Amino acid sequence: MSAMVSSAIANPFPEASAVWSLPYRGKVAMAGLIVAESAIFTIFVVAYLFYVGKSLTGPTPREVLETPIFYTICLLSSSLTVHLAAKSLARARVGAFLGLWVLTIVLGGTFMYGTGQEWHRLIYEHGLTISTNLFGTTYYSLVGLHAFHVTAGLIMLLIVAIFALAGRVRLQQSCRVEVLAMYWHFVDAVWVVVFTVVYVLGR
Amino acid sequence: MSSNAITIPGVQINEKPWVDTLHEWVTTVDHKRLGVLYILYALLFLVIAGVEALIIRIQLMFPHNHFVSPQVFNRLFTMHGTTMVFFMGMPILFGFANYLVPLMIGARDMAFPRLNAFSFWLSALGGFLLYFSLVGANGLYGAGNAPDVGWWAYAPLTARAFSPGHSTDYWTLALLVSGFGSIGTAINIIATILCMRCPGMKLSRMPLLAWLNLVMAGMVLIAVSPLTAAQAMLLIDRYLGGHFFDTQAGGSAVLWMHFFWIFGHPEVYVLIIPCFAFMSEIIPVFSRKPIFGYPVMVAATVCIGFVSMSVWAHHMFTVGMNSYANSFFAITTMAVGVPTGIKIFNWLGTMWGGRIQFKVPMLFSIAFLFQFLIAGLTGIMLGSAAFASQLSLSYFVVAHFHYTLVGGVVFAVFAAIYYWYPKITGRMLNETLGKMHFWLFLIGFHLTFDLMHFPGLLGMPRRIYTYEPGRGWNTLNLLVSIGAFIQAIAILLFVANLIISYFKGAKAGNDPWDAWTLEWSISSPPPAYNFASIPVVASRRPLWDLKHPEDPDSRYE
Repeated sequence: MSAMVSSAIANPFPEASAVWSLPYRGKVAMAGLIVAESAIFTIFVVAYLFYVGKSLTGPTPREVLETPIFYTICLLSSSLTVHLAAKSLARARVGAFLGLWVLTIVLGGTFMYGTGQEWHRLIYEHGLTISTNLFGTTYYSLVGLHAFHVTAGLIMLLIVAIFALAGRVRLQQSCRVEVLAMYWHFVDAVWVVVFTVVYVLGR
Repeated sequence: MSSNAITIPGVQINEKPWVDTLHEWVTTVDHKRLGVLYILYALLFLVIAGVEALIIRIQLMFPHNHFVSPQVFNRLFTMHGTTMVFFMGMPILFGFANYLVPLMIGARDMAFPRLNAFSFWLSALGGFLLYFSLVGANGLYGAGNAPDVGWWAYAPLTARAFSPGHSTDYWTLALLVSGFGSIGTAINIIATILCMRCPGMKLSRMPLLAWLNLVMAGMVLIAVSPLTAAQAMLLIDRYLGGHFFDTQAGGSAVLWMHFFWIFGHPEVYVLIIPCFAFMSEIIPVFSRKPIFGYPVMVAATVCIGFVSMSVWAHHMFTVGMNSYANSFFAITTMAVGVPTGIKIFNWLGTMWGGRIQFKVPMLFSIAFLFQFLIAGLTGIMLGSAAFASQLSLSYFVVAHFHYTLVGGVVFAVFAAIYYWYPKITGRMLNETLGKMHFWLFLIGFHLTFDLMHFPGLLGMPRRIYTYEPGRGWNTLNLLVSIGAFIQAIAILLFVANLIISYFKGAKAGNDPWDAWTLEWSISSPPPAYNFASIPVVASRRPLWDLKHPEDPDSRYE
């Protein structure tokens, strides 16, 4: 759209066409998606907080939940690596980008492993399922919703990694990679809220 | 004004087999075609839900009537409400946004054409799922074969125990799926408006239609998502044995009410703000004056957007909230009246001193102003917590929101169809048939919905299947039903007009109304690429500048 060709609407004011730059649509759309997703998470968080301590039967969060500090550190540091990866690509350092990108996937994957471990323990050792009590219902839906978003993010990161291994991700794709990084930051930020609600306030 | 369509050699379309045409329409990613698909899809549901309303009105015509069974009556008002809100109101407004926003901001398409097509087909699937419940929802329980839980679907009506079979599942899935479609469209509208404007089209020069749709799309993101979340919770309850709304296990039915109305009240502004957008384009053109108070109009819209997010619990004054909550929601509800009033005065200010042309779009717009004002006033009455406690769940409420949604949204949509039909099809709608449609619909509307307030004040509850004679409701209900049939006849005239004018209407040319926004600068219907060359604008009324180079708007803005 760079060419300022003359049109049916003649421009009597040439200064109007001097500099015309608009935001990148990918980032705007991702920001919109993040707003919508935040609203969805807000409803689940409100439901969780509303039902804290209202379960009629056990087990309670205090009895069965263990704070996943290591896996939280993994997920939060993946935000840093994805940021550095995007920055490397913007400076056309493709090798550094690929390394940091794969590291992000590994950290995200570790977090998902942690969630899997925790759910396995809750289900098989404590008999807590989504239908056991209100805690189970709200816990599995909120943490599950977040885990679903992490999984979706990991799939997208993997696709980019495959393209990068094939040598198809270069400086030109930097904008798109940054859009994906935005999503990953959002997933991490949501975890900060979920962590606070479930493991700090909810106990 | 110019009628020189841009013709490019080689794009002349030859006669094609109908299968090819159908294939093109199904696989299209063109914002104009998707817009038309949205509008046609919505008009189909307008007719379906309109027939449901007529059956409801036949049932309520006389006391002790047994036209349909009570079970069918429950399904009818559920399907009528759900269809009108989700599969008529939202799609038709999205359709106009899709069609008009890129044209008005000088873009060749939406920011994400394929996402656009995906969103439309998701919405279409949602409507299909809702009506597929008629054949698919019977399940093993011999239960009802259409959703019958009301359009709010209050818990615990939706629990497995009280809603066996699959009718509620279809309702939930229909709303979930069309909700994703709405979020996709909203993201697309925002990205289009922020990132695709033609050179010179600053935010302060954007047509108000684009501005108001931007606000609407932002509200969709924040308002529709909670509904999506609540539907997910309902599905967890129904399919995975969750307890969100299960009062037997400590769950809360009131929580569903909050979640539903956190969506439900902003939703009515999602429906009405695009109608304000139509008014803001149509009234200036037919008053031959620029819009009065453009910046205030934008500010008032953004203000409505914010305030309307904090009014939802005025739907719940009777569930036993504490007095502080009641006062808060009463005050915020009344506060919305202020920016809305500013808008009404701005439209009046636009008409004041103008050379008003009483063409059909303007007639519908003027009716909109009167009716929306009255609807707003009954809204203020219901916003008062003490008064609402008397009138809650009565026909007064039904009359109030039909006044906003029919007297407001439907009238504005008719105005928009009469105004932009020439652009979409290249032919004018018949003016005589249009005026007959207008007057008949106006008379029918007022007969139905003016009178509907009174049975409400006399204590007639909403959603009742039938009533006893001798309560002073008989004559009123009969007249209300007669009004509904007058509206139905008007709609038939309208549909006939749409079809006849498509084949026989006068050629419209580029700019039949002598208007000022960019969509009128190109041929009717517009070519697939919209603008042969991207326009450059210097004011809010680029076509005025073009037509009056000696006195352009840009000199004063």
